[in-house]
Amino acid sequence: MASVTVSTQKGILRRPMATTGFWSWFTTVDHKKIGILYGVSSFAFFLIGGGEALLIRSQLAKPGNTLLNADQYNQIFTMHALTMIFLFVMPMSAAFFNYLIPLMIGARDVAFPRLNALSFWVFLLGALFLNSSWFLGGAPDGGWFAYAPNSVVDPGNGMTFYAIGLLITGIASTVGAINLAITVINMRAPGMSMFRMPVFVWMGLVVQFLLAFSLPIITVALFQLLFDRRWGTAFFDPTRGGEPILWQHMFWLFGHPEVYILILPAFGIISEILPVFARKPLFGYQFVVFSGIAIGFIGFGVWAHHMYAAGLGPVANTAFGISTAIIAIPTGVKIFNWMGTLYGGDLHFASPMLFAIGAVAMFVIGGLSGVTHSIVPSDYQQTDTYYIVAHLHYVLFGGAVFGIFGGMYYWWPKVFGRMLNEAWGKVQFWILLIGFNLAFAPMHILGLGGMIRREYTYPASLGLTVWNQVSSVGAFTIALSVLLFIINVVRTQAKKRALETDDPWDARTLEWTTPCPPPAYNFAEVPTVHSLDEFWHRKYAEDETGRLVRVPAGASGEAHPTADGHGIHLPSPSFWPLVISLGFPLLGYGVLYSWWLIGAGAVVIVVGLIGFVLEPSVAE
Amino acid sequence: MMRGKARRNLLWLGGALVLASALAACGKDLPQNTFDPAGPTAQSEKDILFWPLVIAGLVFVLVEGGIVFLAVKFRHRPGRDQLPTQLHGNTRLEIGWTIAPAVLLAVVFVPAVSLIWQLAERPPNAMQIEVRGYQWWWGFEYLDQDMQVSYGDHAPITTADVLVIPADVTIDLSLVSAGGGAHDDEGNSDHEVIHSFWAPRLFGKQDVVPGKSGLDNHIVFSADEPGTYYGQCAEFCGLQHGMMKFRIVALSPTDWQAWVLHHKEPAAKSPTGSAAQGMDLFFGTNGEGGQCIACHEVGMEGASVNTIAPNLTHFADRSHQCFAGCDFEVFNPDGSCNQQAIEAWIRDPSAVKLGAKMPDYGLPDDQITALTDYLCSLN
Repeated sequence: MASVTVSTQKGILRRPMATTGFWSWFTTVDHKKIGILYGVSSFAFFLIGGGEALLIRSQLAKPGNTLLNADQYNQIFTMHALTMIFLFVMPMSAAFFNYLIPLMIGARDVAFPRLNALSFWVFLLGALFLNSSWFLGGAPDGGWFAYAPNSVVDPGNGMTFYAIGLLITGIASTVGAINLAITVINMRAPGMSMFRMPVFVWMGLVVQFLLAFSLPIITVALFQLLFDRRWGTAFFDPTRGGEPILWQHMFWLFGHPEVYILILPAFGIISEILPVFARKPLFGYQFVVFSGIAIGFIGFGVWAHHMYAAGLGPVANTAFGISTAIIAIPTGVKIFNWMGTLYGGDLHFASPMLFAIGAVAMFVIGGLSGVTHSIVPSDYQQTDTYYIVAHLHYVLFGGAVFGIFGGMYYWWPKVFGRMLNEAWGKVQFWILLIGFNLAFAPMHILGLGGMIRREYTYPASLGLTVWNQVSSVGAFTIALSVLLFIINVVRTQAKKRALETDDPWDARTLEWTTPCPPPAYNFAEVPTVHSLDEFWHRKYAEDETGRLVRVPAGASGEAHPTADGHGIHLPSPSFWPLVISLGFPLLGYGVLYSWWLIGAGAVVIVVGLIGFVLEPSVAE
Repeated sequence: MMRGKARRNLLWLGGALVLASALAACGKDLPQNTFDPAGPTAQSEKDILFWPLVIAGLVFVLVEGGIVFLAVKFRHRPGRDQLPTQLHGNTRLEIGWTIAPAVLLAVVFVPAVSLIWQLAERPPNAMQIEVRGYQWWWGFEYLDQDMQVSYGDHAPITTADVLVIPADVTIDLSLVSAGGGAHDDEGNSDHEVIHSFWAPRLFGKQDVVPGKSGLDNHIVFSADEPGTYYGQCAEFCGLQHGMMKFRIVALSPTDWQAWVLHHKEPAAKSPTGSAAQGMDLFFGTNGEGGQCIACHEVGMEGASVNTIAPNLTHFADRSHQCFAGCDFEVFNPDGSCNQQAIEAWIRDPSAVKLGAKMPDYGLPDDQITALTDYLCSLN
């Protein structure tokens, strides 16, 4: 948006001007505000998905339980997965990326600020659309993996909501991915070469490429599923000439890169936190970056390890077994480099550090059980059991959610100008660590002991009641930990902004050169970057004896920005992203209920797009 | 703080070991324990995991122990103001910890790959049985020439819910998805969907896939000893996926002979008392009833097959322990017929198994009792 044509057009397409106040949140194009919107809404969905998890664990707390019937249970486990994956971890990662990537690369906003707003609103409305199914005859109940032909013949509207809901949120992710990838590639400050970028930005870039290449595959599959269900096409139903295994290939060809879409942001967060609190640079920066890229590439070549039991034959099973084992190697490289970062450090165990180390320690367990899945014959036993549930939660909860909590504690002062309470944070960490292991470690036993996934109840004769009960206790312990986090947030936000310094952690990267919270324009003066960990190098230099000493403030040559930011051009707010977004759920309901609604949705989208395109690029 | 972390990690480690040994120890109380194999297929699938588990355990101890060690050793000590050495990396180490795991993985993978191919083989002399997955129960059809019934059109012997096999004989299961078109109370029909056949102590899973791609799916296995082995559908297949269980009853050679002979015979034609009334209702002979025979077979003259509903020819045979997805026992612990469960099922299938494809016919109590007596007479 560097060379905009200044327009003085007035009238119906006038842009909203307010950048503060309640309504400004609906028109904002500021990447920081959009980041906060993403964060708040995805955290709300985290609570909803968590509530669903508690219902699941309550139902399984005793054999033959009738708290939930089969129908309710199937809806809840399906929505738990959909909510946690698509409505929590993905948008929460988008929250971090949106807020931090421009700040970390020395940019004033993302490449396309209005598209950024569009991503958020499309995501939120898609998420609300998906959840509205609860009140419109029942939520999706065919599993997040939606195996055809069950997902095709499944009665009710649930799986149609699934297909449309994921198509809408997929639009949000695709738009966001392109926007953030272009931001990283094109908007870096002078001197910020690719290999001076923080690892978090690198992981962000890899994730955006994964999204851009994997979402089209699931989009096609979802359209096929939707047409099979709604208009009688026969892509997946074999009784009408379709091919059910086709769905599995397309779903997992998206679904496995999706796993890395969920975990790489946390890897980025961990890679930022460890050096700051070890007070030394990340060990093997290039190797951490390249292993992340390698994971992204290999992640596209392992999808059929979800299908060992599907009958693809020994050649396919061998090939995908080997590729699955190979992906463990770059993942291991990351772990070892994080340990190398701790080695010889001066470790400060503030809350972010605890969560980051916890994430590494827990992810390792998920990684190791993952390696056992690559041993194909033993996976015939493990697949579709609680052993897999244990594995995926060690990876996604142990890795991604611990990482996300670490990131929240670490960047909270940056975003809100207040420190979350450290004592509460530490207590929350230990309770979470205990609750997490209580909830998910027994699931290894459950799975190897013969308990399948997705069954709404089990008989006492299965002999696994005790471990189910331990797991349920663990789930409620996790809930307690999350409650402590919420109380901590409320207590913190109730206080006045009081941050002694804009750099509370003695951090290393550019986002901490700005005030907390940063002004709308981020940098009064676009920084010039000379090295990796730019901020650190501005603060510390070697003295005559080779000792690292702190550079006196103001002596670093690059003065702390004192300019007031007047005269910096920023994109004006716009309500058109919200207008366009409103059209998508209308289209969705139209597919379910009425051609008239399809028309209305289409009109809203077209009008919104025209408004989006024609609105004056600068407010008068 | 760190001391606490170290202690907790050690506790956790100890806990994990205790859990693992617990699993091994109470194996007999876990009817679906994958670590308690009862046949060569499950045995090989367990054994192949041994070295990977040992290596994973070592890596676990190394990494978790390493993290705790590093966290304790390099913790910040009060009063320290000197920055640590700004170490940026070490290329030799990087190469080392890239290659070492690669070598380890390659080593454990060779036997794993060989086992993949071994398990895919179909021995020529194995007993052929077709497994059919319905929503939500399993049907079994004995395909071998000498496993045909002696009456009617000499169809294969067929059972539902319980697969009876001779112990120590290699079995080759062909897996078929067979939605039959039965409808539940709300008109939702039984579809050909994906299931997965799994008896943990005997063999790992293989999906039951409708359509062309599932044609070759099979499982080769045998049971070392006579006994009852538990299994269930492992791939989500709709509403009652959790209640799609089965049992495999392995018999000694003499018991097997007797079982086969018995199952070649048709059901009794003239039951007595209430059961006779039930038989009339079952077939609708006297212009009353007849709903059962619309879907269920009881082999007497015609075929004896699983159509869209389980074949009931030998419903109360000793080996037929359970019905309707093996959720309900056919016999009480004292060996008598479990009239209560059978009556409850006939009264309203969906009340005891939500969404079951057998409709509620609203039969009066005396008819339900008579039908139950008839079913209990089908030994």
